[in-house]
Amino acid sequence: METLIELSDVRFAYGQRRIFDNLNLSVPRGKVGVIVGPSGCGKSTLLNFIGGRIMPDAGKVEVDGIDVTKLNRQQLYKLRKSMGMMFQNSALLTDLNVFDNVAFPVREHTELDERLIRHLVLLKLQMVGLRGARDLRPAELSGGMARRVALARAIALDPMLVMYDEPFTGLDPISKGVIVKLIHEIGDALEMTSLVVTHDVSEGLSIADRVFLLGDGKVIAQGTPQEMQETDVPEVRQFIDGAPDGPVGYHYPAPDYLADLSDQENL
Amino acid sequence: MNALQSLGGWTLDSVQRWGRAAVFLGQILLNIPSVIVRFRLAVVQVFSVGVLTLIIILVSGLFVGMVLGLQGYNTLVDFGAESSLGLVVALSLTRELGPVLTALLFAGRAGSALTAEIGLMKATEQLAAMEMMAVDPVSRVIAPRFVAGFLSMPLLAALFTAIGIWGGHLVGVGVLGVDSGQYWTAMQNGVDVYDDVLNGVIKSVVFGFVVTWIAVFEGHDATPTSEGVSRATTRTVVNASLAVLGLDFVLTSLMFD
Repeated sequence: METLIELSDVRFAYGQRRIFDNLNLSVPRGKVGVIVGPSGCGKSTLLNFIGGRIMPDAGKVEVDGIDVTKLNRQQLYKLRKSMGMMFQNSALLTDLNVFDNVAFPVREHTELDERLIRHLVLLKLQMVGLRGARDLRPAELSGGMARRVALARAIALDPMLVMYDEPFTGLDPISKGVIVKLIHEIGDALEMTSLVVTHDVSEGLSIADRVFLLGDGKVIAQGTPQEMQETDVPEVRQFIDGAPDGPVGYHYPAPDYLADLSDQENL
Repeated sequence: MNALQSLGGWTLDSVQRWGRAAVFLGQILLNIPSVIVRFRLAVVQVFSVGVLTLIIILVSGLFVGMVLGLQGYNTLVDFGAESSLGLVVALSLTRELGPVLTALLFAGRAGSALTAEIGLMKATEQLAAMEMMAVDPVSRVIAPRFVAGFLSMPLLAALFTAIGIWGGHLVGVGVLGVDSGQYWTAMQNGVDVYDDVLNGVIKSVVFGFVVTWIAVFEGHDATPTSEGVSRATTRTVVNASLAVLGLDFVLTSLMFD
């Protein structure tokens, strides 16, 4: 199966804090890859690597055979035209209405006639069920609606890859279900590769073709949703079962508890 | 040792900020041609940066002119020189008060709004979203606002000066009885287009450049949190005001030595 995204031996640290240590990951073209892992494990950073917003300290990040880390600004912007991204807080442009938000990338990158842009935007808004909301401002949208507009904007230029950063966070069950359905349908209809970063296990597993569990700076487990559900690997079990105790630490790294309590200097 | 460390840290931070600000200015200037091609983007910003600042500029200009008329008359009348009131009001406004007060008001009204807007766009990932859509935020968001601020400032300063001169006339001629002809004649005879008006325009252009630069830089450099945006907005008003007053001294000493 042809690979669209390939990360090889990626290393990265925020200051002294190591985030990735020899991370390897590949997502097949046209499939839905879901990256799960505890908060702070670097899931969103990984999307930023693929989009070229952050460069790793070492390693290769290839998208469609192109090493993102080697691109200059112009080449990077060219590659980004074939990527879409849905941000966690939607990141809609607040001075534009829904229609203009979806039309934004089309107007910026094409010379299309306004009538054609209108058709294109209404088509995308129809896909996410918000054709009737075209005149609303972002402040007038619910969280779920804003995500759907962000999704319509992300697919406005029919990209080969759409990245979703925590698409289910803060949504009610119905809105979550709508987003799950949309990721599935849009991926199939437009033959896009989807990469979803989430810590919502059930939603993540329900849409995934391939699941990657991040932890300790690398992929600690990967497989189909069924393989992940049936595995006995303790790290995976802890995450899928939502168990507070297990190999993944509950506490942020800290000095010894008793020594900390009896630290006379800081009393 | 702690004080020394703090001083060292503060110095390093300051140098880094200056460096970032300089690089940022370079990026903005490189993107000016794209604003000229899509001038509509700058026109929209001229409305929010310039037109919405009009009220405070006009009202302030009127009152400053009226106060100048009153103070000028009270001083000049002791020497029997109240006929020179128009000249005093006009020179004060064209050389100093017009550009300086407009720049201070501009920093408080438009500069803070620019910083807050850009800072919030950063905090809500709108700038990141643009980057991911292969749209350069400096070209699409920052440069049009910079051009708008740069163009608006001299126009606002001119309006401040004009309305101030009218305010001086209102008090001097309308209330205190100075002859209207003398008011305008003294101004016409004493105000030089190059020495006074042009120098005032140069000052307002420089102030517009610096205030807008500080405002857009602080917004873009803000820590993307509510506290960060709040701090950046405060820094814009404080730094821009200090820069205007400091530059005014430098420019005045160069122009009128």
